[in-house]
Amino acid sequence: MKNHPCIHAITRRAATIAAMSLLLAVAGCKHPKPVTPPPPPPPPPAPTASITANPSTVNAGQPTQLTWQTENATDVSIEGIGKVQGNGSQTVTPTDSTTYRLTATGPGGTQDASARVTVTRPQPVQQQEQPPSLTDQQLFDRDVKDAYFDYDSFEVRQQDASILQADAQFLNQHPNWKITIEGHCDERGSTEYNMALGDSRAQSAKQALVSAGVSANRLNTISYGKEKPFCTESNEQCWQENRRAHLVLAGQ
Amino acid sequence: MWEPEARYLNPQSLMLRRYSQYLLVLLSFVIIPASAHSQNDKFKGIVVNGVEKVRIAVADFKAATADPGNGALLTTFNQVLFSDLQNAGIFDVVSKSFNPLESPGSPQDVKLDAWGNPPTNAAMLAFGNLGVSNGSMAVYGWLYDVKNTVAPQVLGKQYREDATQDNARLIAHRFADEIIFRLGGGIPGIAESKVVFVSTRTGTKEIWMMDYDGYGEHQITHLGSVALSPRISPDSSRVAFVELGKRGVNIRMYSFDLNRLISFPTIGGTTISPAWAPDGLHLAFSSSRTGDPEIYVSTADGGDIKRVTQAHGPDVSPVWNPKTGAQIAWVSGRTGLPQIYTMESDGANVQRMTDGGYAVSPSWSPDGQWLTFAWKRNYGPGIPGGQDIYIMYVADKSWSQLTHDAGNNDFPSWSPDGRHIVFQSSRTGQTEIWSMLADGTEQHQLTHSGQNTQPNWSWK
Repeated sequence: MKNHPCIHAITRRAATIAAMSLLLAVAGCKHPKPVTPPPPPPPPPAPTASITANPSTVNAGQPTQLTWQTENATDVSIEGIGKVQGNGSQTVTPTDSTTYRLTATGPGGTQDASARVTVTRPQPVQQQEQPPSLTDQQLFDRDVKDAYFDYDSFEVRQQDASILQADAQFLNQHPNWKITIEGHCDERGSTEYNMALGDSRAQSAKQALVSAGVSANRLNTISYGKEKPFCTESNEQCWQENRRAHLVLAGQ
Repeated sequence: MWEPEARYLNPQSLMLRRYSQYLLVLLSFVIIPASAHSQNDKFKGIVVNGVEKVRIAVADFKAATADPGNGALLTTFNQVLFSDLQNAGIFDVVSKSFNPLESPGSPQDVKLDAWGNPPTNAAMLAFGNLGVSNGSMAVYGWLYDVKNTVAPQVLGKQYREDATQDNARLIAHRFADEIIFRLGGGIPGIAESKVVFVSTRTGTKEIWMMDYDGYGEHQITHLGSVALSPRISPDSSRVAFVELGKRGVNIRMYSFDLNRLISFPTIGGTTISPAWAPDGLHLAFSSSRTGDPEIYVSTADGGDIKRVTQAHGPDVSPVWNPKTGAQIAWVSGRTGLPQIYTMESDGANVQRMTDGGYAVSPSWSPDGQWLTFAWKRNYGPGIPGGQDIYIMYVADKSWSQLTHDAGNNDFPSWSPDGRHIVFQSSRTGQTEIWSMLADGTEQHQLTHSGQNTQPNWSWK
C-alpha cells in the first residue's frame, strides 16, 4: 500500500519524457536543413588482412594460437572455423598439418591471408626400441639380476646359474659396458674369512658369465665380505639377501 | 719346595740359577693347557704336577723429594707396577692389604722378616722411591729375595725421565719387565708391548693402538672408509692393514716413524690379510689377482710376488711361524667349511690341522710350537653355541679349548712372551678386546667403547 505513490511518480515521469521527445521531433522536422553539395564519395579503401600461427609447428595433440588482424573489412572468415571478428585470436588443435586461410571482404574488395601449422608425429616404432626416458643405469637395473648363495658356499646354485645366463645375454647386447661383480656375505662367520669367501663368490659369478660368452676383461671383481651388508637384521631372510654376487654397472 | 739348607749354603748366583729352573717349569705350566684334550697324557701330567707361582710383594714406592708433583705420579706408578706383575702370569702377587704397614723407600729401611712372615709370606719384594725435582722424575727400584738375608738384592735399577704421567707409567712398565725377565726364565716382559686393533668408535672402522693393558688407546688411521686386519711389523715401525676404499680392497702401510701412510703397490684383485715374516722383510697375504683368493708371499714393499697356494676356494689369513720363518699357517675353504692348514713358506708340505667345524684366524706362538685359532667345532645353521679360542700343539695336533660359553670369540693373537693371548669377544653384547693367559685363565676386558675387533699383539 505504501508503494503506491512511488509507482505513480515513475509512471508520471516516463510519460513526461515521452511527451518532450515527441515535441522535439516535431520541432526538428519543421527546421529546413542547409543545402550543401555532398563531396564526391572517396573510393572505398581496400581491406588488409594478416594471420599468424604461434607456434607454427606442434606435436600431434598440442594446441597453437592463431592471431589475425584486418582493416576495412565487413566480412571476415577463416576456412575451417567460419565467420570471425575483424581482429582476434583463437586456439586450435589440428590433428594434421593445416593451412588456415583467412578471407577479409569489404566495400573495397577482398583480401586473403594464410598461416600454415605443421603437425609432427613421433615415430611409434622408435619409441619402443629406444625410450628416451630410460638411462643405461635404469636398463641395467631392470634387466640384470644378482646371484645368491647358500650358507658358507661359493658355488653357483642351479636357479642362480640361469639368472647369470640371462644376465650374460643382456650384457652381450651391450658389449661396451664394464661390470663390477661385488661378493657379499652374511654377518655370521669371521671378518677375514668372509672377505675371501665374498671374493670366491664374485669369482664364481664371473666364471658363469664368462662361460656364457661375456668377455672376461669387461668383468672386474671385488669382495666386501660382511662389511657392506644390504640388510642388517639377524634372520635368515636378511642373511640370504646378503649372501650374493651383486652386479654393478661400472662404466662404458 | 724351598730348602733352607741349600738357601744358606748358596750364594746369589746359585740362587738365581735355581730360580730360573723353577720358572722354566712354571712357564711350561702356563703354556701347556690346563684343560687339555684327553688324547694326550703329557698334558694331564703337567697339570697334576703344577707348581706354585712365585709369591711377590710390591711395596708402595715412597716419595723421595718434597715436590708436590710426587703424589699423582706415585699413584700411577704404584698401580701400573702392581698390575704389570699381576698380569705377568708367573707371580702370586700379595694383596696390598697383607703388606706390613711400613713401606721401605730404600734398602736400609727394609725389614725382611716383616715381608717373609705371615700374613705377607712373600718370597720376593719389590720396593723403591720416586722423586720429582726441577720437572725431572727419578725412580729407584729394587727387587729383594726376602729369604736370602745374606745377599737379598736381585735387582737395583735407576730411571730418569721428564715428570709426566705417561713417563711414570713407562718407568713402571720397564721396572716390571726387568723383574719378569729376571724371574721369568729369561723371557722379556710384555709391559711395553702394544696391541693394534680395529675400532668403530668414530663411526667407521679405523686402525687403533693401545698399550698391552688397554691403556692409552689412540687412533692411527683417519680414512673414513673401512680399515681391517692390522698387523704390526716385527720391529714395531710399521703396521700393514687392509682398506676397503673407493679403488678396491688393498693392503695399506702405515709408518710409525713418519706418522703417516707410506706407499704400497696395488697387488690387484681383492688383497687382504697381510702377515709379517719374522725377518720383517717379507709379507704373506691373500689375493684374487689371478682369480680365486690364494696365498702369496712378497717383499715388505710389495715386490717379488710369488703365489704359494693352488686350490679352488678361499685361502686367507696366513701367519708365519715366528720362530723359524719357514712355515705358514693359514685358513682354507678348499674342502667346504674353513679349516686351519700349515705348509712350508714355498707352498710345499700342506698339512690340514683341524678335523672339521669352522676354524679361522690362526696365530702362531713365539716359540713356534703352538697355534691358537678360533673354532666352532659343531658348526651349522641353527646349531647353538659360540665360537671359541683354542690352542693346538703343532707337532701332534692335540688341542685345548680356552674360552667357554662366552659369546663369539675370534682373532686370537699371541703375546711376545708366549704367556698371553689377546682376542675379541662378544660376551658383553658388544664386541670388545680381551686378554688372557695362554691357559685360558685371567680373562680381562681391555676396551669398552664401540665395537673393537681384530687385535694384533706387537712382536716385542
